[in-house]
Amino acid sequence: MRKLEWMAGFVSMAMIFSAGLAVAGNISINGSTTVLPIAQKVAEAYMKEHPDVAISISGGGSGNGIKALIDKTTDIANSSRTIKPEEAQQAKAKGANPVELIVAYDCIVPIVHPDNPLKDITLDQLKALYKGEIKNWKEIGGANKPIVIISRDTSSGTYEVWEEKVMKKERVFPGALLQASNGAIVQAVSKNPNAIGYIGLGYAEKTVKLISVNGIVGSKETTLNKTFPISRPLYMYTPALPAGDVKSFMDYVISDKGQKLIEAEGFIPLK
Amino acid sequence: MKTDISVRIVFFTVALASIAILFMIMVFLFMEGLPIFKRVTLFEFMFGKYWYPTSSPPDFGIFPLILASIAVTLVSAMISVPLGVMTAIYLAELAHKRVAEIIKPIVELLAALPSVVIGFFGMVVVAPFLQNAFGVSTGLNLFNAALMLSFMSVPTICSLSEDAIYSVPTALKEGSLALGATHWETLLRVILPASISGISMAIILGMSRAIGETMVVLMVAGGAAMIPTSLMDPVRPMPASIAAEMAEASFRGDHYHALFATGIVLFLFTLMFNIVADQIAHKYRQTGEASL
Repeated sequence: MRKLEWMAGFVSMAMIFSAGLAVAGNISINGSTTVLPIAQKVAEAYMKEHPDVAISISGGGSGNGIKALIDKTTDIANSSRTIKPEEAQQAKAKGANPVELIVAYDCIVPIVHPDNPLKDITLDQLKALYKGEIKNWKEIGGANKPIVIISRDTSSGTYEVWEEKVMKKERVFPGALLQASNGAIVQAVSKNPNAIGYIGLGYAEKTVKLISVNGIVGSKETTLNKTFPISRPLYMYTPALPAGDVKSFMDYVISDKGQKLIEAEGFIPLK
Repeated sequence: MKTDISVRIVFFTVALASIAILFMIMVFLFMEGLPIFKRVTLFEFMFGKYWYPTSSPPDFGIFPLILASIAVTLVSAMISVPLGVMTAIYLAELAHKRVAEIIKPIVELLAALPSVVIGFFGMVVVAPFLQNAFGVSTGLNLFNAALMLSFMSVPTICSLSEDAIYSVPTALKEGSLALGATHWETLLRVILPASISGISMAIILGMSRAIGETMVVLMVAGGAAMIPTSLMDPVRPMPASIAAEMAEASFRGDHYHALFATGIVLFLFTLMFNIVADQIAHKYRQTGEASL
């Protein structure tokens, strides 16, 4: 009896291993944590349709992704910025010729409580707010009420955009409240008439009011025509023109199906 | 005889397994946390005032987070200790049996409330209330978090204290009453001193539950990594910081190690609480009726 159990065990183990070997393609993806949820969602759907391809994804930041691309330890590098000239040079020196593909856009909009009369704000005002220099709504034309600044945890991609486009690499002051997700910011702002926060456009709800920046309303259109200041394209890089499984996956990312998944994650699709 | 030994071996292995797992978790915690001290000194880490783990250059000072954890725990103890202990005294000594039978399960039901539900309540109900009633700029603050945490530690404090009061020998109580002391005097001078070790243990275990609680403080403490100056300031206790940032910290990066090191500090805090509770339990244990 015991022998039989062992046999069964061995057989099933062997089957698992051989199944592992039978996988035709392996795609490894590395890079930006902002693009990580996109890659994960799309990869899940892709693997369901193509069970013979295994995709492994890790997120170590855009820089790490591109470094892995140069060292040829990854097939696709996710990035929330374009490749730097010196990185491109390094890649060339190692015989790679990085190819860029824009997969989606990020659009971060400031939000306030619906009772707040504020409609528009400038980038400089936003920066001063988040540096803790403006503390009262009356300083930017509101009521005489203290401003409650709500920010995201520093490791989120949303914070990264904010730091880059609004703070210009300066620090958000320590008194800013922290929320761990877009949803939590919506919740907190909708319950506090003095609060201001920022979220990915895809998470906007009726319980909060979107604020235009420099007179431009954050939307799909203003993001795609690059007029909205707090937006950026998100990239996937390959070491050469994609081929085989990698090409098939990249095509899937920018297909209607892939783009729909990306939109569901709160990003702006390409079309 | 043979089954005796085999049963013993089985139980020994099970006990050993859980200890081994706990030990390995601890080893893992230290292995992942200690590398941060190649980047910053212990002093900079513990007493640095700025927590900017992702800016360049980063700052890894968790002093505001430690203070936040201590402040939230102390304020919640100020609320939950009187509530918990007094409820316990009432239930054990003063309440009618029928009343106690109704109240006791209700208090214990509080312990069954998932922390995320308490957190949600704090966020959606208590925070707007604080804003409207006290005119504070944000209801997501130290006081709100402490209040929600005390909801969580009251059941622990109450039921453990009640057990301690119950276990005071009846002879002590009857002796006191027989000497002519009133019920109130007996309660204050005999029953409470006799059960003080159990009650202190209940308080400390309740507090250690509060300091380690994550979900509630993540949702209602506000999360500002600054040193609090008032009860209504937003704060970021250590568990909230770890929970909010761990998911996206780059694997084995400095930020990741710093979060684990924060976990070590938190672990040492709760370990200290438990050692103190254990000491009290041993030192002031009421043995028999003669030692009061």
